[in-house]
Amino acid sequence: MSLGVRTRDTVAAVAVRVALGVAMALLGALLVLPLLALVLRVPLATLAGQLGKRVVVQALVLSLEASLIATLVVVALGLPAAYLLATRQFPGKKVVEVVLDLPMVLPPTVGGLALLLAFGRAGLAGGALQLLGLSIPFTTLAVIVAQAFMAAPFFIGPVRAGIALVDPRVQEVARTLGATESYGFWRVVLPLSLPSIVAGTAMAGARALGEFGATITFAGNLPGVTQTMPLAVYVELQRDLDTAITLSVLLLLLSFGLLLALRAGHPERRR
Amino acid sequence: MGFLRGGCLGLTGAALATFAASAGRLPAQSSVTVFAAASLTDAFTELGKRFEASRPGVRVQFNFAGSQQLALQLQQGARADVFAPADQRWMSAVKDSGLLPADPVIFAENRLVVILPRSNPARIGRLEDLARKGVKLVVAAEAVPAGRYTREMLQRLAAAPGFGLDYDAHVLGNVVSYEDNVKGVVAKVQLGEADAGVVYRSDASGAAGESLKVIAIPEAANPIATYPIATLKGSPSPELARAFVDLVLSAEGQGVLTRFGLKPAPIGTGSSRP
Repeated sequence: MSLGVRTRDTVAAVAVRVALGVAMALLGALLVLPLLALVLRVPLATLAGQLGKRVVVQALVLSLEASLIATLVVVALGLPAAYLLATRQFPGKKVVEVVLDLPMVLPPTVGGLALLLAFGRAGLAGGALQLLGLSIPFTTLAVIVAQAFMAAPFFIGPVRAGIALVDPRVQEVARTLGATESYGFWRVVLPLSLPSIVAGTAMAGARALGEFGATITFAGNLPGVTQTMPLAVYVELQRDLDTAITLSVLLLLLSFGLLLALRAGHPERRR
Repeated sequence: MGFLRGGCLGLTGAALATFAASAGRLPAQSSVTVFAAASLTDAFTELGKRFEASRPGVRVQFNFAGSQQLALQLQQGARADVFAPADQRWMSAVKDSGLLPADPVIFAENRLVVILPRSNPARIGRLEDLARKGVKLVVAAEAVPAGRYTREMLQRLAAAPGFGLDYDAHVLGNVVSYEDNVKGVVAKVQLGEADAGVVYRSDASGAAGESLKVIAIPEAANPIATYPIATLKGSPSPELARAFVDLVLSAEGQGVLTRFGLKPAPIGTGSSRP
């Protein structure tokens, strides 16, 4: 009897292990194989030769520049927003949260079109911007705006969660000791939620680096001005496959490095 | 434990089943898939409606995109019955990949025009104005047939009297975006974000035409875009494919093309019918 139960348990355990194994193998085939195919397709020597190409260098420099600035903008604007959402209650908060999350699930092309209709020359805010002498579409600024728009939720989400985890009593203690809210934020909240801020920054940076749909719709496609790496991959795919693959591998390595650095910096985080 | 096991097995199984089902989902037997240049969108959509009306139960599936992109998709193994790009180059590319059972036929011609938003923010009145500093011009990328024709047109204008030898360089210097198909150019001008764009006459003739101003380009400087059409090897429904090509070449089909700003193919192009 007891033997029978044990056998049944063992069978159950094996079945679970098999199911997990199969799922993992299929997931591996789905996620890893394509990336591997990309890296293996072009010999290293060809890859190195492509690196000096004007279109590659231009796209790489522009991508790094734009996504760095976009990430800084996202951090500067997203940190107060995340703090507000994590520490305050106000009417309509749920709606605000959903709106801030929207770019994450919106098709990027829709995001680009929305940006065009808002900040384009003929857009809602176009007239006001023109008074300031600003015309955003087709400029590098448009690339940065598109990237920041798409990347913001990837920062705000984790940072908000991180700040919410900081024990409010710690802040209360700081306050009873005479600390102002701003002092408490910089000296208590910020250090304690730093891991989530680093994670959010890396995620937002990686998202900005990979932005395609909103960029091509809002900023257009001009080498050296708005043609970031994802756009260059798309365009080169129709012209020179080796260049397209080189750019893809570069993007892959950059994103991989970014996310890996994030994990390496916080080995205690198991996510 | 049993729940977990059941859940795992069930989920994995369900995922696999859906996966397999979607892999096997090909267009139904009574459908014809047409890969056509973006500039044919309006005319072919109308032809598709007529084709379906005359053959109850038959569906026409269109894939409109830049010709270069369609060619790439076909070379990568996309299943289609008919291919109609906006120039011979991409038809040749597909032919060189061994995807054509017979020679293509030229079925239409198109010419370029310059389009402006109705509001004409840059006050463009003639072609010379395109070279003026600060004009925001949107054109098709070089890989797109329309982009290649655009460059050719600008070079011809530069050689024409009155435009100046560096006309094409000045105009290209004003380009703010290279779009990956001609409809992208139309959209950016329509939205009023670009001051001008270069597209086909057919793009300015459809519904979009109402929000656009058009500047004609002198015949002598205006390259003729020729549209070849062919059925594809491995076509899932070869009879329907041939029937669709026949409709395009018929008097009715040529009439529709004309209505949408295309020019019927000149007779005796030398190509044989598929």
